[in-house]
Amino acid sequence: MTTAACSIEAIASSRRKRQNRRRTLLVAAALLLVAMFILTLMLGQSFTPPADVIRVLLGQDVPGASFTVGQLRLPRAVMAILAGLSFGLAGAAFQTMLRNPLASPDIIGISVGASAAAVFAIVVLSLSGPIVSLFAVLSGLGVALLIYGLSFRNGVAGTRLILVGIGVSAMLESFIAYILSKAPAWSLQEAMRWLTGSVNGAQLGQALPLLGALIVFGGLLLLRSRDLEALRLGDDMAAALGTNVARTRALVIFAAVGTIAVATAVTGPIAFVAFLSGPIAARMVGAQGSLLIPAALVGAVLVLVGDYCGQFLLPGRYPVGVVTGALGAPYLIYLIIRVNRTGKSL
Amino acid sequence: MTERSASPATGIAVGSGIRRSFRRSRPIRAAAHVSIRQRSLWLIVLLATLALLVAASVAIGTRDVSWSDIWLALSGQVESIGQAAVTVRIPRTLLAVLAGAALAVAGTIMQGVTRNPLADPGILGVNMGASLAVVVGVVWFNIETAEAFIWVAIGGAACSAIFVYTIGSLGRGGPTPLKLALAGAATSIALSSLVIAFVLGRNDIAGGLRSWQIGGVGGATFERMEHVLPFLAVGFAISLLSARKLNALALGDDMAAGLGERVAFARTAAAFGAVLLCGATTAICGPIGFVGLVVPHLCRLLIGIDHRWLLPFSAITGACLLLLADILGRIIARPSELDVGIVTAFVGAPFFIWIVRRQRVRDL
Amino acid sequence: MTQHSLTVSDLAAGYSDRLVLDHLALDIPANGITAIVGANACGKSTLLRVMSRLLSPRSGQVLLDGKSIHSMPPRQLARTLGLLPQSPIAPEGITVADLVSRGRHPHQGILSRWTHADDEAVAAALEATKTFDLAERAVDELSGGQRQRVWIAMALAQQTDLLLLDEPTTFLDISHQVEVLDLLTDLNKTRGTTIVMVLHDLNLAARYADYLVAMTDGRIHAAGSPNEILTEDTVQTVFGLQSRIIPDPTSGRPLMLPIGRHGMIHK
Repeated sequence: MTTAACSIEAIASSRRKRQNRRRTLLVAAALLLVAMFILTLMLGQSFTPPADVIRVLLGQDVPGASFTVGQLRLPRAVMAILAGLSFGLAGAAFQTMLRNPLASPDIIGISVGASAAAVFAIVVLSLSGPIVSLFAVLSGLGVALLIYGLSFRNGVAGTRLILVGIGVSAMLESFIAYILSKAPAWSLQEAMRWLTGSVNGAQLGQALPLLGALIVFGGLLLLRSRDLEALRLGDDMAAALGTNVARTRALVIFAAVGTIAVATAVTGPIAFVAFLSGPIAARMVGAQGSLLIPAALVGAVLVLVGDYCGQFLLPGRYPVGVVTGALGAPYLIYLIIRVNRTGKSL
Repeated sequence: MTERSASPATGIAVGSGIRRSFRRSRPIRAAAHVSIRQRSLWLIVLLATLALLVAASVAIGTRDVSWSDIWLALSGQVESIGQAAVTVRIPRTLLAVLAGAALAVAGTIMQGVTRNPLADPGILGVNMGASLAVVVGVVWFNIETAEAFIWVAIGGAACSAIFVYTIGSLGRGGPTPLKLALAGAATSIALSSLVIAFVLGRNDIAGGLRSWQIGGVGGATFERMEHVLPFLAVGFAISLLSARKLNALALGDDMAAGLGERVAFARTAAAFGAVLLCGATTAICGPIGFVGLVVPHLCRLLIGIDHRWLLPFSAITGACLLLLADILGRIIARPSELDVGIVTAFVGAPFFIWIVRRQRVRDL
Repeated sequence: MTQHSLTVSDLAAGYSDRLVLDHLALDIPANGITAIVGANACGKSTLLRVMSRLLSPRSGQVLLDGKSIHSMPPRQLARTLGLLPQSPIAPEGITVADLVSRGRHPHQGILSRWTHADDEAVAAALEATKTFDLAERAVDELSGGQRQRVWIAMALAQQTDLLLLDEPTTFLDISHQVEVLDLLTDLNKTRGTTIVMVLHDLNLAARYADYLVAMTDGRIHAAGSPNEILTEDTVQTVFGLQSRIIPDPTSGRPLMLPIGRHGMIHK
């Protein structure tokens, strides 16, 4: 059975067209992120001209702008982008692995372990700085391991993992609420960070561990992206295609939890970013190819824009997590409408 | 994927209960043959437990009070600090009994209506809906009266129940435990973000933030309870009247219709009763999770799957459980106390995980 | 035409709480079509899962060309032995061409690029299954029969010499069942692909298979050509059903007629 050259060419050209479209969209999303980054540096309580912004970024001393842009806006924007990339990446990894748009780490409680540990370290143990990140990462992984272990019976089934995660997270959330309520001087601001997440008071120094984690854990996830794609066809099919399902799953959980735990230790759990990024990215690039990078870009844009809205566009000042959390509610309704139309299961 | 039969096996449905008993769940098979005598025996045991717990709840607290003071306080005397403490414990005990019974009955009904072993007012986000509605009412409409609070809370509970059920039952297979639980978790997060967004703008009510996040019975007074009593009474009445309908629904919608039940009406009526119960409870206690999840399962193990017995048993067991949780909360964290919502989460979540592990994956 | 041997020796396998297969041995004829039949819960799907490495055996081995498949690197195995599970999942909105090209997964490394050979395999798979015209359509929009052909195309793009299928005709109406089985027979005839499938329908199994494996209670009751295997005795033991076997007037293969309690003409 030989295949005509023209039909091979037809297949190849349609594949190239798909790849080009995807590449164009990715570049567009990256450009959008850069544009937003520059915009948030320019705008705020006062307007800073782009020329000044660029000079500050290049390290020159500009009276006035050096403080507002360099000290206030830049750390905040950098933190927002890094956190957004982390949440978006890890969220999409989980949604792809568990084949369910609702199964993002923030909803199934995989990331609550990190918040709980961070709250505990800060409020009860009075720790601060990188040690909190370390503590959050270790506990985040510990809780993820616990959830993984508890859902193990004849192998780990995705559905069981999700439900056990919901149970564990309910417990940890009341733990967080308890610690916050007993905190000696719990200011509302501090509590907000741990209930919804925020980038208030960001410092450039905090960005380093975040960047490091993103490179290490994110890189690990990207190396596994092909196996992750195979998992979308079902566990059996993925195994038939030569993927080691158990190992891929364990690795993805490890890397995604690592990414998210570090981000959570710095900004708190920014509500719904992990949940929203993947599906938005899927609407953008379609079902073709991995969602990891598009979702990371979408996450970064979401946090950046959400933080700006919370600070300047809404009456009163809200932490970014409240803005993204409120965005999540209409998205759920949208999910219903879409599901109704296509008749698919969630 | 093989098509499942009409009723997803939850252990509630009679048919599946029998089918499963061959495989693994011996308790269910045992429960299928529970005699009236055994049931009456359990009833006596539970009532005795309840009486003991009520006594303990009045006697035990963060402060040690002598027996003579307790006695004097019960006869109406409020002179020493100890006597005053006991006087506060009386309405608190009563509220714990009422709230526990209401949440447990609401949970039993939700599990029956959705034929879903993981249904619970907390898991399904219903309690959070009530919280949000009250916060919105306070911020936008300046509601102040206790009755308004309750109505608004019930409205919020109903809206979020319908919302979560709708999302959870879309698509293939109807309301599977997985889809309902995920829809509930997602909705809870969204609603609690909204609660925070409303509370943050208003510094005057921001201090009460935690009462919308964690439920407790600490601040109970007879005066506040008076307002919910009619709602609870109606809720309990509707629930108990739906017992027979729930038994029919357990066989699957088609089968229930075949048995002459008006399925839509039966479901709506029972769900309305459940929403009344958990809405009114949340209005005065805040969100308390897991009581509605744990109690029906325990009761099914004790006395079987007949809702005519299950509902009253759930009420008593729920009251016992919430009382016990409240007493524990007062003892563990001395000299302060743990809110009962935290205690139930710590007891209930492991139980939830246990149920999940017990089910076969396909049934989830 | 490469010849591969697939043998199962002294196999025991099951799930945590129960043993499904015990002391099972089987030789799959190379370049033939093998159908596994049996009543519900007789272990036929479990056997297929063990043979395709989805399930590890408690004891015993599955040998591909003399090597245990459970100790082979998964990708290497996936280049020789393909599997179409009973309920594969199509990601939402994916196009036929994209889905079929996922069959190339075992041929690609972490960083390797898409090659001409990959395009060629995809095009050939689409043509063989007559799904070329559907290439740009979304899989969600296809009919059940078309969708099953697309899944088979994906398994073909994997270019394996052995193909295992778990009930490939479930949920299809009779014309699509025949269409799928004809397609598999084409593959077997033109490429020499060894095909092993679990089938529900005894008559279709006898019609299309060269080698019939009848299972009961986790054991192999009988295995051989359909003419030897499909007898009234076998049907009685394997399905507990009284039946009459007649030669199929069109194919000459045996045809089973169930009798039941009311099926006899009263004389």
